[in-house]
Amino acid sequence: MKTKTNGEARIGFYVCHCGTNIAGVVNVAAVAEYAGKLPGVVVSRDYKYMCSDPGQELIQTDIKEHNLNRVVVASCSPLLHEHTFRTACEKGGLNPFCFQMVNIREHDSWVHDPGDPATEKAKALVRAAVKRVALHKPLEVKRTRIHPDVLVVGGGIAGIQAALTLANGSQNVYLVEREPTIGGHMAKFDKTFPTLDCAACILTPKMSAVAAHPNIKLWTYSEVVKVDGFVGNYKVQVRRNPRYVNEELCVGCAKCVDACVYKEEKFEDEFNEGLAKRKPVYLPFPQATPPVVVFDPDACIQLKTGKCKKSCLEACDRDAIIFDQKPETKEIEVGTIILATGFRTFDAGRLPQYGYGTLPNVYTSLQIERMVNASGPTDGHIMLKDGSKPKAVGIIHCIGSRDNRTNRWCSRVCCMYSMKLAHLIKQHTGAEVFNFYIDIRAPGKGYEEFYEKLQEEGVHFIRGRVAEVADWPLTKEEEGKLIIRVEDTLAGFVRRIPVDMVVLATGLEPQPDAQEVRRLFNISCSTEGWFLERHPKLAPVSTFTDGIFIAGCCQGPKDIPDTVAQAGAAAGEALSLINAGFIELEPNTSYVVADDCSGCKTCIPLCPYNAISRDEEKKKAVINEAICKGCGVCVAACPSGSIVQNLFTDDEIFSEIEAVLG
Amino acid sequence: MKFSYFPGCSLKGTGRAYEESLFAVCRALGVEVQELDDWNCCGATAYMAVSEAAGYMMNTRNLALAERAPHDLLAPCSACYLSLKKTQHYIAEYPSIAEQATGALAAEKLTYAGKVAVRHPLEVLVKDVGLAAIKKAVKQPLTGLKVAPYYGCQIVRPFAEFDDQQNPVLMDKLLQALGAEVVRYPLKTRCCGGSLTGTIGEVGQRLSFILLNEAQRRGATCIATVCPLCQFNLDSYQAEISKQWSPVKMPVVYFTQLLGLALGLDAKSLGLHRCIVPLPPRAAPRQEVHA
Repeated sequence: MKTKTNGEARIGFYVCHCGTNIAGVVNVAAVAEYAGKLPGVVVSRDYKYMCSDPGQELIQTDIKEHNLNRVVVASCSPLLHEHTFRTACEKGGLNPFCFQMVNIREHDSWVHDPGDPATEKAKALVRAAVKRVALHKPLEVKRTRIHPDVLVVGGGIAGIQAALTLANGSQNVYLVEREPTIGGHMAKFDKTFPTLDCAACILTPKMSAVAAHPNIKLWTYSEVVKVDGFVGNYKVQVRRNPRYVNEELCVGCAKCVDACVYKEEKFEDEFNEGLAKRKPVYLPFPQATPPVVVFDPDACIQLKTGKCKKSCLEACDRDAIIFDQKPETKEIEVGTIILATGFRTFDAGRLPQYGYGTLPNVYTSLQIERMVNASGPTDGHIMLKDGSKPKAVGIIHCIGSRDNRTNRWCSRVCCMYSMKLAHLIKQHTGAEVFNFYIDIRAPGKGYEEFYEKLQEEGVHFIRGRVAEVADWPLTKEEEGKLIIRVEDTLAGFVRRIPVDMVVLATGLEPQPDAQEVRRLFNISCSTEGWFLERHPKLAPVSTFTDGIFIAGCCQGPKDIPDTVAQAGAAAGEALSLINAGFIELEPNTSYVVADDCSGCKTCIPLCPYNAISRDEEKKKAVINEAICKGCGVCVAACPSGSIVQNLFTDDEIFSEIEAVLG
Repeated sequence: MKFSYFPGCSLKGTGRAYEESLFAVCRALGVEVQELDDWNCCGATAYMAVSEAAGYMMNTRNLALAERAPHDLLAPCSACYLSLKKTQHYIAEYPSIAEQATGALAAEKLTYAGKVAVRHPLEVLVKDVGLAAIKKAVKQPLTGLKVAPYYGCQIVRPFAEFDDQQNPVLMDKLLQALGAEVVRYPLKTRCCGGSLTGTIGEVGQRLSFILLNEAQRRGATCIATVCPLCQFNLDSYQAEISKQWSPVKMPVVYFTQLLGLALGLDAKSLGLHRCIVPLPPRAAPRQEVHA
């Protein structure tokens, strides 16, 4: 590529009208006239839309005709069109970095009234750009290759979908899941709204596909413990926690479970939300993937005391049990990472007025999901503690959602899953079902129709935030019942509605360790703990860290269709990087002038991107340009002034300040 | 341990037993209490309803008086406690109210810097004196006494600073430390009728009835309360209530009275003779009884 940069600066200046966005406030003709008289400027023009094709051609033609070696455009934010104009310069035969952009729209015309001061401000900004651009040096864009493998963290429906999409596109995927099985929350559901199709029937084929896929390396019961590197070149450590079973040998026959010295199931079954018990060795649920048992080290006598007769060992005809299994750390290299770490449900015990944990027959929605599931703790029967069928059931919405005292956000799925549960409860028991809601939020495809269907089925909807689930009867009819006290805000009076069973529609919360996870992957979080997308509308699965994407409820509450769509989008973003084969690195990076560096190490801990290391042999700091984001912290901090940042040299910055001031 | 003390009107009138028992247990536990000199009415709900500004001024004066001593201010009456807390909150949040208060105080050459802490005796006894110290001082455990702990609305709402807003538990813990059996009483923060018993008697009394009836249904020997208005409402109308709805007979005592009994103090010094529905003698253990 030939570049014209040598000798005297010959600057082309262009000011954009942006329709009336700029020209309605700033006198653009006066700015062009003023700039034309500045030292080095050989051509100065104003034009209606500089970003249009003719506008760009103007620059290209002028470069050739006037032998320009620098270009300044005064228009909008560089975020929008810097790339456009740099490309125009390049097409005209100029190094794209011999260009400077001035923002006189967001920084001037959009924030000031029409008149002379706005025009004077534009002139000052232009003066600064013209003076600094003369000092610009041609820079080269560097490229770094992208490692084609992808790490997906979290094996719920989001992670499963992302992993399968990538693997089907021939990428190698590592899928890391903390629990002993993939499937996440969705595996606990009975049906899905609004179609009422069986959750397991649509999820388990995907789980099996993950396990069988030649391109997916599935590591369950494992956690990411360290992440180094940068986009295209991440080095990740994964700790595989011991499940005390050889995964290659175990086939999930569960003979060891039958043989366990505990004849009774005694320990809380997490998968069944505490409604059932399990043994110290167990398979979380029939379709667990991988189909490999796991030993609970806090329950297993052998693991706790080393003094068990180990009847499980004898029962296992594949010799798959390894009591001295140790945690194992795997090191992998990947180019991109997708985080799909999910959510947790709100702890209903935090709102004592609803009686969860103190009153019998008050359940969370997830518990009812398990109860209504044929493979659940009651074989699919919705029943009270005494085994009888409820005649009336109250479902209370917004438990831990839309509440200043707990969580302010709407959890988005509760209205819909409450209606789904209302339908299932009515279908299974014939009970009267009351929904207590603040607003019904049913904005998805087929959702409003589902709401209507429920009303036709005779499910009651009472608008009002429930005050209390009470066990203090005022009448004979209320005795022995759970009394829901609520202000019916449509009827306009306070009601007491006796029911047999209460379902608390608990909301969604960030994972308790969301902050640690975000630090591990160097991404941002909202104050609540939801992972932050790069742009809420236009980059919803990207993060501020290149090459790391987010999908599913770790980014915020969402339903299965949205989760799956986001997982696909994240996989697509990763594929887009991988297919490019390399990434271009902005050349506004810093470098160390080795002769001046004293090796004091001041800069190293300050770098937010860990881009600086120390060459121990030469005793000098070294900046990895691939990691450097050009923030300039090291430049400012270097005591000997030996760090220089491209496009932001001292000369360039000082000349800019000098010019803008006068 | 020393506190300034703001009695308010109740503790000098209908709630005299509250003051007597509070003083008695404070003396027994080594807590010094100094009544605020020249205190005035807190305004309670009545004044706040007519003129909030005047209500804030009245409370600011009491707070300013309290600030002259280096102690926290003890406010046993729930209405006083809430009025003082509310005033502190509004003065801190709204500069216009603070300005008005400063002007009003200047007329009396008083100042208020927002430093004094307003405390309820329940919090002070359980958290400052401490359950361990109280347990040690118990001479006659309340064994066999079944108590419904009743907190009323004002000490936890809206400024739940020392206990859970929906399910306060400090009195439960205190009563358990005294050896009493605490019955589960989910109505512990439900309205007693408040000033409605004086204005629309039937509405107020019905609210009292619900509380009394439920305590009875749950087998409580008595209700323990922290508020003079609650005590008055629940204790005074039981004859009318019994006639109107269904028979209730439920002693309603201050938590300080039960604490005093457990500390071995004399029933009269605790003002127990002032109850309209008396605490049954076997529930008030005698000197020679040991658990």
